[in-house]
Amino acid sequence: MKSYEEINEKIRSGKAVVLTAEEVVALGREKGVKHVAETVDVVTTGTFGPMCSSGAFLNFGHSDPPIKMQKVWLNDVPVFAGLAAVDAYVGATELSENVGFDYGGGHVIEDLIAGKPVVLRAISYGTDCYPRREIETEITLADLNQAYLFNPRNAYQNYNIAVNSCARTLNTYMGILLPNMGNATYSTSGELSPLLNDPHYRTIGIGTRIFMGGTEGYVAWEGTQHNPMQARGDNGEPLAPSGTLALIGDMKKMSTRYIRGSYYYKYGISLFVGVGIPIPILDEEMARCVCIGNEDIYATALDYSVENRAKPNFGRFSYKELRGGSITINGKSIPTAPLSSLKRAREIADLLKTWVKDEKFTLTAPVKPLPTDHGFKPLNIVPPTGAMV
Amino acid sequence: MAEQRVVLTFHRWQLDKPVTYHLVKDYDLVLNILQAKVTTEEGKLVLGLSGLEQNVEKGIEWLKEQQVIVEPLATGLSVNKDSCVDCGACTAVCPTGALSFSDDWTLGYDEEKCILCLACETACPVRAIEEKF
Repeated sequence: MKSYEEINEKIRSGKAVVLTAEEVVALGREKGVKHVAETVDVVTTGTFGPMCSSGAFLNFGHSDPPIKMQKVWLNDVPVFAGLAAVDAYVGATELSENVGFDYGGGHVIEDLIAGKPVVLRAISYGTDCYPRREIETEITLADLNQAYLFNPRNAYQNYNIAVNSCARTLNTYMGILLPNMGNATYSTSGELSPLLNDPHYRTIGIGTRIFMGGTEGYVAWEGTQHNPMQARGDNGEPLAPSGTLALIGDMKKMSTRYIRGSYYYKYGISLFVGVGIPIPILDEEMARCVCIGNEDIYATALDYSVENRAKPNFGRFSYKELRGGSITINGKSIPTAPLSSLKRAREIADLLKTWVKDEKFTLTAPVKPLPTDHGFKPLNIVPPTGAMV
Repeated sequence: MAEQRVVLTFHRWQLDKPVTYHLVKDYDLVLNILQAKVTTEEGKLVLGLSGLEQNVEKGIEWLKEQQVIVEPLATGLSVNKDSCVDCGACTAVCPTGALSFSDDWTLGYDEEKCILCLACETACPVRAIEEKF
C-alpha cells in the first residue's frame, strides 16, 4: 500500500518509478503484478482521438461603447452566446455558415491555439447599459481574458468497433465504412487508454490533474453519457462504451500538436483532443488493472448500417486482434483501421512520464469519486403535455 | 519483363476505339486498369502495363500513332507530415495498402502501390493528403 503523499514525495525527490501504460504491461508479463505493485509508483496513459463533445468558453472583453452580444460568430461559425454580455462557448461540431463542412468550431479552436487572428462578429438588440447593436473586429487568443476548453465528454472508456453490412458506403463519425463489411474501424488507444487503466475509477475522479492538449488540465465532472454500469469482463474492463470524463484546461497554454480540428466526410466537424492521465499504483489491485494488456481488453463490433439506436452486434474482439490488422466475422476476414492515433497517444504518455519524473508533476487524489451506480438512459419520444409556455 | 504505369488521354472522337484489346492481342501486354473516366470532353485511362520490355515500348509507340496522349503516371499523393496525426482513417479506405502503418504506427505511403483512387483524400480528417502534380 502506498499513499498519494508517499508517491508525491518520491516524485518531488526525483525517486519515483514512472512507466507508461504499455511499458507496465510488458513488465507485468515478465515479473508479475506483485512486482509491479512493489516497484512502480506511477503509470502514464494517453489518448489522441476525435472527441465531438468538446468546446471552449471565451471572454472577449468589452468594446466601447459596450455590446450585450446576443448572436456571435467566429470566422462565420456561430458560437453560443446565451450567457453574460461578452461570454461565449464555441462548440467543436458547429459548422461555418459560409463554407459548411469545410470549417467549424473545432477549426476555430485550433486556429485560436495556433495564434491566428479570428474574425469576431456579433449583433444585439441594444440595452441602456449595452447600447451597441453590432460589432465586427478581429481577435487572437492572447487578446481574450479567459479561454478554456471545457469538454463535456472526453476519454471514453472503450468504444465500439464499426462495421457496415449493407451494400452502400456509409459516411460516419467512425470514418468511411465500406460496404459488405469491407472494413472495421475502432477508436481507442487500448491498453494505453486512460480509463481502461483504472476501470473502476479508483484514482481518476473529480479534481484529478491530467495532461490536456499539451498543458495541465483537470477532470471537472463525470462526462456526459458516463455509463459505469456497462457490461464488463471478469477483469473489470468494460466490453463497450462506458465511463467518460468532463475535462477543463487552459486553452492559452495548449498546443495544436495536441488539439486539432477534424472533419469526417459527410458527417461533420470534430476535435482531436490529446489527453493523458497519471495513475498512482496505490496497491496490488491498481497494479493488476494497469497490467491488463490489449489481448484482454475487448470491444464490440456493431453494424452501423442498421439505423435503429440498438444496432446488432457481431461479437467481441480484443485490441490485440484489432491492432493485428484484421478480424473475422461470419468467416470473412475484415481489415481493421484505427481512428485515434496510437503514435500520438504514445507521445502523450511519454511526455506525461517526463513531466512526472523531471518536472515534478504531482498526483492528486480525487476530490470526489465518479459515480459508479447509474446507467445511460435513452430519450423517449412522448406526446407533449403542454407544459411549454 | 517490364512494367510501366501510364495515363492515357483520348480525344472525344477516339472514345469508341477498343485500344486495350490491341495492347493485349498485338503486343501481348498484361493490363491493369487502375482508373477509367469518360467526360464530355475526353477520356482518361490509367493503366498498368506489363510484358516484355520491347513489347511495352512498341505498345506505347502504337498508342501514340493512334494519337492517344501517353504520359507516365508521374503523380502520386503528397502526405503533409506536419498536418498528419497518424490516426489511420485513410488506411480504412485504401484498397491497395499503399497507405499503411509502420511498426511504430507512423503512417507510411508506398507510391508503387498507389492507384490514385483518392479515397484517402476524402477520408482524411485533417486534410493532410492531396494529389501531387
